[in-house]
Amino acid sequence: MLAKRIIPCLDVRDGQVVKGVQFRNHEVVGDIVPLATRYAAEGADELVFYDITASSDNRVVDKSWVSRVAKVINIPFAVAGGIQSIEQAREILAMGADKISVNSPALRRPDLINELVDEFGQQCVVIGVDSFYNQETQTYEVYQFTGDETRTLKTQWQTADWVQEVIARGAGEIVLNCMNQDGVRNGYDLTQLKAIRQQCTVPLIASGGAGAIEHFIDVFQQADVDGALAASVFHKGIIEMADLKTALRAAQVCIRP
Amino acid sequence: MSLVIVNTRVANLASVDFAFQRFGVHATISADPAIIRAAERVVLPGVGTAGAAMRSLQSLELVNVLRELEQPVLGICLGMQMLAESSHESQGAQDKPTPCLGVIPTQIERLHDDGRHPLPHMGWNQTQVSEHPLFRGLNNPWFYYVHSFAAPVNDSAIAACDYTQPFAAAIAHKNFMGVQFHPERSGHDGAQVLKNFLEISC
Repeated sequence: MLAKRIIPCLDVRDGQVVKGVQFRNHEVVGDIVPLATRYAAEGADELVFYDITASSDNRVVDKSWVSRVAKVINIPFAVAGGIQSIEQAREILAMGADKISVNSPALRRPDLINELVDEFGQQCVVIGVDSFYNQETQTYEVYQFTGDETRTLKTQWQTADWVQEVIARGAGEIVLNCMNQDGVRNGYDLTQLKAIRQQCTVPLIASGGAGAIEHFIDVFQQADVDGALAASVFHKGIIEMADLKTALRAAQVCIRP
Repeated sequence: MSLVIVNTRVANLASVDFAFQRFGVHATISADPAIIRAAERVVLPGVGTAGAAMRSLQSLELVNVLRELEQPVLGICLGMQMLAESSHESQGAQDKPTPCLGVIPTQIERLHDDGRHPLPHMGWNQTQVSEHPLFRGLNNPWFYYVHSFAAPVNDSAIAACDYTQPFAAAIAHKNFMGVQFHPERSGHDGAQVLKNFLEISC
């Protein structure tokens, strides 16, 4: 049986791992390679590296560390951050990343998704979606450039429509981040994830809000996502990977030992 | 031990190279027929699509070179699928199977969509392995998979996995072996498969 994936997310800025609250006030939490090595050794199923400055600064992710990570870890990892062309994607994949994850550039030019899928295959192409729940309109709205609060922009897309669009264009996986929940550790947005799961025919990864072991159990049992992404609970040592996996197994969630 | 990773141009070569380096084996990455023929072990990696990968092998004039190899050869993921007779992962509008290297008697087909499981099959799945030396020391290992196409569990299968349907996790015929999963990204179990491959005698 396919295991549910636990995916520590490492936000990268200037070659170091950082973490902010609701995408703001970033503090340094450590160096990339030692953290990646530690998470792999502890039983993480996959890692995601986001260069959170890349899209908003209109520059590409600083790539030298991709190769250093690929050398030391023996689990899959994805790289995100300002990938806007086939050539940029090729370079990151050639350095040993297993997948590339695209967010703002795909919103700006959706054809990029088709081009990446045609060139590298569906399995390499992850689409990240930053979704904000607007309480006034009671809708989920897609945002771009969320790495820089001065440039964060609401798009014309509602989350469900954008997810349908990227699947139609060939995306191999979706990471759905609910910005209201990010970094506040109140639990994943189960309502939204359940709704998107119904229409999402590719693997769906939950992101934003993990604060306790129960949140992981809830998101797997109630929203049936394929993976759960989290950052601060791991970086700050609030949840130990081994404890998390033991609890998930006890709750009958299929997990890799 | 001389090891060559075939430079198919479309493949993600670095992660396979790094995996062997982690236990001290330094591979040569090459598309040179003489270097490939002379190697003691050959790895055929692969990501992308069957059509693109076969076109790449044809333009590199490697189709017959690979078919005629007699040393142990390991295909990984799409590299495994290249070892089969044909793949239903077709290119363009015509729905004709893509002819592959044909060194392992099996065909590659799209995983059945049961409407309940997301596709591609992506993630860690527990795998039933046979007595084949590629799996020495492994008991119900967990491997990392990323694919939408697979070989059926037939006489050429040496390991099996289950998702929307049972499929071959690994296939073999004579000196040719292929694994659908990514041993280079499958933790200790995957590393063991790569070590076993280096120790195999055909």
